[in-house]
Amino acid sequence: MAYKEMLQIRRDPRSLAIALLMPLMQMAMLGYGVSLDIRHVPLCVYDQENSQQSRAIVDQFISSGWFSISQTLDRQSDIRHAMDRGECVAALVIPADFSRQLATTGSANMQAVFDATDVNTTNIALGYAQGVVAQANAQIAADWNASHGVHPSPVGQIDLEPGTWFNETLDSRNFIIPGVVAVILALVGAQLTSLTISREWERGTMEQLISTPVSALEVMFGKLLPYFAIGLIDAGFCLISAVAWFGIPFRGSIVTLFVTTTLFNVVVLGIGYLISVRIRSQLGASQIALLVTMLPTTLLSGYTFPIDQMPAPIQAISLIVYPRYFVTILRAIFLKGSGLSDLWMPLAGLSCYAVIILWLAARAFRKRLD
Amino acid sequence: MTTNDIAIHAQRLTKSFGAVRAVQEASFAVSRGEIFGLVGPDGAGKTTIMRMLAGVLRPDAGEIAVDGVDVVAEAERAKLRISYMPQRFGLYEDLTVAENIFFYGELFSVSRDARITRGRELLEAAGLLPFQRRLAGQLSGGMKQKLGLVCALIHTPRVLLLDEPTTGVDPVSRRDFWAILYNLRENGVTIFISTAYMDEAERCSRLALLHAGAIRHCDTPARLKQAMPGALLAIYASDPRSLRDIISGQPGVLGVLLMGDRVHVRVDNPERRIPQLKSLLAGQGAGEMEIKPAEPGIEDVFVALVGQEGTA
Ligand SMILES: Nc1ncnc2c1ncn2[C@@H]1O[C@H](COP(=O)(O)OP(=O)(O)OP(=O)(O)O)[C@@H](O)[C@H]1O
Ligand SMILES: [Mg+2]
Repeated sequence: MAYKEMLQIRRDPRSLAIALLMPLMQMAMLGYGVSLDIRHVPLCVYDQENSQQSRAIVDQFISSGWFSISQTLDRQSDIRHAMDRGECVAALVIPADFSRQLATTGSANMQAVFDATDVNTTNIALGYAQGVVAQANAQIAADWNASHGVHPSPVGQIDLEPGTWFNETLDSRNFIIPGVVAVILALVGAQLTSLTISREWERGTMEQLISTPVSALEVMFGKLLPYFAIGLIDAGFCLISAVAWFGIPFRGSIVTLFVTTTLFNVVVLGIGYLISVRIRSQLGASQIALLVTMLPTTLLSGYTFPIDQMPAPIQAISLIVYPRYFVTILRAIFLKGSGLSDLWMPLAGLSCYAVIILWLAARAFRKRLD
Repeated sequence: MTTNDIAIHAQRLTKSFGAVRAVQEASFAVSRGEIFGLVGPDGAGKTTIMRMLAGVLRPDAGEIAVDGVDVVAEAERAKLRISYMPQRFGLYEDLTVAENIFFYGELFSVSRDARITRGRELLEAAGLLPFQRRLAGQLSGGMKQKLGLVCALIHTPRVLLLDEPTTGVDPVSRRDFWAILYNLRENGVTIFISTAYMDEAERCSRLALLHAGAIRHCDTPARLKQAMPGALLAIYASDPRSLRDIISGQPGVLGVLLMGDRVHVRVDNPERRIPQLKSLLAGQGAGEMEIKPAEPGIEDVFVALVGQEGTA
């Protein structure tokens, strides 16, 4: 069964090419979408004081490379307009007493307004802004301490290394890209197998197939096995591109990565197969597969929106969104170098999923026309 | 006929699709080594009966035993003894001839060696040996059907179910096809076949005439012909259609059937009716026509017995 399936896959090189290249393209799209485009965020500045010190902090925003000044404004209300027209994503408001507050109390307020339409960009831009300000604060604290002499040189405690800042900003990317890999594999995997059974129905080969003594398990494993190999290759492509292309550090072991990816593959392919068994048209099956995987995966897997910041009921729902387990696993393997024993909880979640899905899929396949 | 000699036994088979009563209380028994034909117009329920026998469709009511195995209760065990060739080509068009055979052999757990040797024999008999490496989708209609048969035979089934296997197949391929079937019967394989061709129906050992889901008559072709009331006349004409309209409803005429270039007229008494029809047609200015007695075919029998046009 698996051999026949493999032959058929080979006879259709276009679909095979799509199956192999699709994840890489999605990787490029999603990967760049969430991480690399966030440079030169257009920033409006409303500097009410226009002092040497206020200009210095604005300069720091620019020199960080993450922001570029699109406009300087004279009125608070202009911010709204500039954002409405899409001329800036962030605005900086420096109060008129900025340097005086700083000189007398050692602290001052500064307002940063973000256009939250694109939550992703906003989150990251906010992170950058905080970075820039923290860096400026450290400088100010150092100056303050130097002139007031309160503490013996605190400079060593606050890291001013520009490299550290660079790393800091990359962290959001390091965090997101492994999640992107999980999401892509979830989407692509279900698509791969969603056509397997519906194709037999559509091409009229099912009637003869079910008239043979072949068992439901034989059909399932025969269908899954070749796609399992393709799924692993896809995973390899995505994971390698995460490291080689997006420069994500890989601190874990290949074995752990292989074991967990294998398990995840079983789940996503099983889901696609289950859909294929239930829906007899190829188009219908592939659309259901997209619907079933796309929304929960992008919203609830925690790959961009942290799950622990979601409302409790939604957190509960996200427990059944299987990619979340793999998002957690990949992050842990990549960034923390976790081993299998550290990951027992998400692994247990995925294993439950695999068993339930395969059981349902095997039962759902009926060797009957009605 | 003892139970041991019965290959297929169907009792009061019934199946409905919503309001459509596709098969109603169909009962029949097919002996081992028979070629049993199922004849009926489109939508008569032939495919539905085949599917129930093959164990892929569950009857609403009724019992089926194939080779002594209860198909309703133990479909999977029965499937080991059956080969079913659906009406629609059911093989993989993107696989080659040899790959299809290999795959079907695998499904029936035929050993690798047996698949190769037996596959070769069957391909040879079907005249497909030179096309082993051709994709099934690129075969002609007749070759496809022969390949279907080869795949169906790779595991030496006890019972072969063929749903209109020769529809749309050229006469030469049809002859090859039937040569294989006769050969199988010699080897004790029971063949249950539905067909749209009357000449093929004549070749069956017994026939079931199916109409609107019910089996109306079931017997050998010869006895069915004997059972036909009246006698048959053939009239050749250049415009058989208008001839049919003239003759229909005349006294003594039991039925009129268009047969291409001629009309078959079933009458109660040929000696009396031939002169009567001749004078009728002469009076209509149809000119001199040849009217002579004819041997009834299965189609005539079907129309006479069932009261409706038979198959295509
Ligand atoms: N799956 C189905 N769902 C609904 N109705 C069906 C189904 N299968 C068959 N029917 C109906 O049952 C009746 C018998 O159909 P069946 O296919 O058995 O006829 P058939 O004798 O094989 O015809 P043909 O010569 O056209 O192949 C028809 O009226 C058909 O429309
Ligand atoms: Mg049919």
